[in-house]
Amino acid sequence: MAGIGGAETTGKKVGWGLLNAVVVIYALVPVLWIVSLSFKSSATLADGNFIPREWSLENYQNIFSTSEFTRALFNSIGIAVIATAIAVVFGTMAAYAIARLDFPGKNLLVGVSLLIAMFPQVSLVSPLFEIERTLGLFDTWPGLILPYITFALPLAIYTLSAFFREIPWELEKAAKMDGATPGQAFRRVIAPLAAPGVFTTAILVFIFCWNDFLFAISLTSTEQSRTVPVALSFFTGSSQFEDPAGSIAAAAVVITIPIILFVLFFQRRIVAGLTSGAVKG
Amino acid sequence: MSQTTTTDTAAASGASPAPAPKKKAALSEGKKAERRLGWLLCAPAALTMIAVTGWPILYSLLLSMQRFDLKFPDRTEWIWFDNYVTVLSSPYWWNAVWVTVLLTVVTVAIELVLGMSLALIMHRALVGRGIVRTTTLIPYGIVTVVAAFSWRFAWTPGTGYLAEALGGDPVLTEKIPALMVVALAEIWKTTPFMALLLMAGLALVPDDLLKAAAMDGASGWQRFIKITVPIMKPAILVALLFRTLDAFRIFDNLFVLTAGSQGTSSVSMLTYNNLIKGLNLGIGSTMSVLIFIMVAIIAFVFIKLFGTAAPGSDDGGKR
Repeated sequence: MAGIGGAETTGKKVGWGLLNAVVVIYALVPVLWIVSLSFKSSATLADGNFIPREWSLENYQNIFSTSEFTRALFNSIGIAVIATAIAVVFGTMAAYAIARLDFPGKNLLVGVSLLIAMFPQVSLVSPLFEIERTLGLFDTWPGLILPYITFALPLAIYTLSAFFREIPWELEKAAKMDGATPGQAFRRVIAPLAAPGVFTTAILVFIFCWNDFLFAISLTSTEQSRTVPVALSFFTGSSQFEDPAGSIAAAAVVITIPIILFVLFFQRRIVAGLTSGAVKG
Repeated sequence: MSQTTTTDTAAASGASPAPAPKKKAALSEGKKAERRLGWLLCAPAALTMIAVTGWPILYSLLLSMQRFDLKFPDRTEWIWFDNYVTVLSSPYWWNAVWVTVLLTVVTVAIELVLGMSLALIMHRALVGRGIVRTTTLIPYGIVTVVAAFSWRFAWTPGTGYLAEALGGDPVLTEKIPALMVVALAEIWKTTPFMALLLMAGLALVPDDLLKAAAMDGASGWQRFIKITVPIMKPAILVALLFRTLDAFRIFDNLFVLTAGSQGTSSVSMLTYNNLIKGLNLGIGSTMSVLIFIMVAIIAFVFIKLFGTAAPGSDDGGKR
């Protein structure tokens, strides 16, 4: 479409540049605002200025001096990493089987994972709350990891099977000709080729687990397993009369950093992963 | 999604209807191994998904027919559909339903228009395509709660730049303005996702066709409506389906921005409040079941009436 007019005039270029600028501002303003809040000193916190009048690190010092935040950060990282690892391993196995093997029940599995992807998560919260209380999983890491794996699996299966479709399968056949079993062909030939897809899926799944709020707030009750998004909403400030906005902003910036880094470094892959699963089917 | 290569399928389908038992036995050895491997590879994923959703869904049906309040555990009793009567005749529930429907319709409609514009900009961007794509991914990736806090502080009188700019009214304490802020936060956060799905659809539109139409004198708008949109229809419908179901589950933004006060509860928010704050498992489960039914209806309407190709369905995979 870009080439329709033939030569692009400078006017057009400026127009597109302006549009791009609007898009960039649109996306960044709320992020910059929370960054700005996090650097305001407690005296200037409530001045409503977009740019801090007085820069300070006191909010960061505050949050890192309490276990409320550091423990939540530890929980967040631990839970997200474990859930991502398990979901990606299970998802890779299932996606390989779905993309490559013929067996009864395959369509059922695809259908079920589609159902789960669309499932209203709040519907699961009530029974899980009660079941986990009975099993002693309530307010523990596994109590969150399990639902995360479950809701990440459809995402993982779709993205991965879309990637697996792009792999040159002749190589697998060649390996089988040379006497490799299907299992060996999977491990030695296909897995290395599929690594970029697996990696992309891992990022998407991690973002999902990192972002979750509903399960985290319903299935935890103490510092023991509370993740950062939930801890944020319980911040009260170091004294009763202090506005927690500064601490919340600082904590928010800390948990946003990994996401921004992912997006910066793996932008192309994230886009490919998101769209391959959803649009190409 | 059934992406078996032609040779494999041929071998498999050749095997099953084969009348000669000898031949069948010979072929089924390899096929058996394939089946076993297939089941083996899928088992962990399938078992996890069933364990975490299957029993809980049934359990929530059972709970929804009991009077079950953790504050009064000894008054637990089997009461069949009384909970449904209670919920369905409650004005709070219907208010939450309308709030949810309103938020869903408004945000998804605006997101579609904005997302389409964004997709066109990204698709045609001459300069700084990478930068635009990267920045639009940031709202998608950012933790919803973080974004919600950013909006909340921005609208808080005294603290926020937006509240200051608009005269310092406490917008989050009135129903309609608060819902508008929630919608804004929701739209900001999820439009990029919509745009990405739409952009993938845009890539399927052949340039030659657009050029030919341009030669024939079709204006930019005509080309968009007559060529781009029809070709993109499947991608648009999938994006709409995904976003609608997602918007219907709205929770994080509301929790942080209004906590459901002033009648701004969505159905998810109300369920959470009954369950975790009220510890009323019976009523909470009833609401869960009702939400599940509503979501199933939405999905059914999209798939049956609009013919949305569900992602992962067979013809999607064979494309």
